[in-house]
Amino acid sequence: MLNDIESLIQLMARLPGLGPRSARRAVLHMLQKKDALMRPLAVALQNASDSVGHCSVCGNLDTVDPCTICRDPNRQRATLCVVEQVGHLWAIQRSGVFRGLYHVLGGNLSALDGIGPDDLAIARLVERVSEGSIGEVILALNVTIEGQATAHYIADRLRAFGVTVSRLAQGVPIGGELDYLDDGTLTAAFNSRRPAA
Amino acid sequence: MEWQDEGFVLNRRSHGETAAIVSILTRGHGRHAGLIHGGQGARKSGLLQVGSRLNVTWRGRLSEHLRTFEADPVATNIGYNIDDPGRVAALQAATSLLHMALPEREPYPELFDGFEALSDALVGEAWAHGYIFWEFAFLQSLGFSLDIAACAVTGATEDLTHVSPRSGRAVCAQAAEAYQDRLLKLPPFLAGGRYGGEQDLVDGLVLTGHFLERHVTSTHNLPLPQPRIRLLEICRAMAAQSASTDS
Repeated sequence: MLNDIESLIQLMARLPGLGPRSARRAVLHMLQKKDALMRPLAVALQNASDSVGHCSVCGNLDTVDPCTICRDPNRQRATLCVVEQVGHLWAIQRSGVFRGLYHVLGGNLSALDGIGPDDLAIARLVERVSEGSIGEVILALNVTIEGQATAHYIADRLRAFGVTVSRLAQGVPIGGELDYLDDGTLTAAFNSRRPAA
Repeated sequence: MEWQDEGFVLNRRSHGETAAIVSILTRGHGRHAGLIHGGQGARKSGLLQVGSRLNVTWRGRLSEHLRTFEADPVATNIGYNIDDPGRVAALQAATSLLHMALPEREPYPELFDGFEALSDALVGEAWAHGYIFWEFAFLQSLGFSLDIAACAVTGATEDLTHVSPRSGRAVCAQAAEAYQDRLLKLPPFLAGGRYGGEQDLVDGLVLTGHFLERHVTSTHNLPLPQPRIRLLEICRAMAAQSASTDS
């Protein structure tokens, strides 16, 4: 039978970025700062667990449904950015570059893992596009073979609706030095070259 | 123990937070899995895409251990292929079939050479033909070769138009006439003839797909891999588009 401390360490060790040693350090730190850290953390965890859920429109995580992004009247409602997971949505939000709406797929098509179109939120995406208010769908999926296979599949499914389907550019990253780039990225960069301004 | 070999990535799975377990088709050691430290990181994940060609060094205390790979890139055609839905589907279909069908750690040098040829063919214009020829050779390497040298009924070597779905032997047009609905079409380019258009690609994929399902995937109680089904859909769409342009 595990005592409370051990069971807390075991649960913490299951979090990404933490192993048993770092979980033990974190638990010890919390126990030493019960009032300042541990109790507020417990309350925050309980609150988040009670209130956070997936947005029924886009699949984002939020305390309200539809989520804050879907409710925001200042966002461009004709542009939809498709991402693989919520973490990618947050990354794009952090950059502040995109002011439209999102759609979270929940993964990629993967033959080896047995993930087919029915396992992803593709049908919901098609339904949103078919409602007619979307003018452009941006596929912001991983530039992996699985990610691009998913992008091709979605582009095919959306062709019938006459919306513009675009995807993110591929090539040399900001601050990238050519001799450190892999062959695939260099090839993609050359194929996607554009006239210099 | 330690060995070095050249190989193509067939599959990559995450292991923990940073490592990846990669399955590689090598020339001398067959399909072999190993752990790559940092395989999920930005520096290595580009190298470990399905179909990438690597120089690998495997190290382990005993040969039966999983242990680790160190990988250096040789070449990759991913940058050429990734924009094209058909090429992506063909690459994924081939790697899925190899991963599904090959036993681990048994060398099949002819399959390595075949995949090498396919990898080059996928960059060219005739990528779909290259893929169908690859499936044809893949079936042959696994011991399920189709006999399309002569007609199973008359012995004729000319005008071979169909294949029996049971025996895998060719049937000439004259003998096939009464059974066309029960036979599979043999595209002329597979029998040494000329390419007649996108419908030939569909016929070729239906033909090899039938025998792959019968001899390879059904033994694992699995359907054809999803990318292989998608490849056929893509070729059907190409054939329909070509037919509508012609008319």
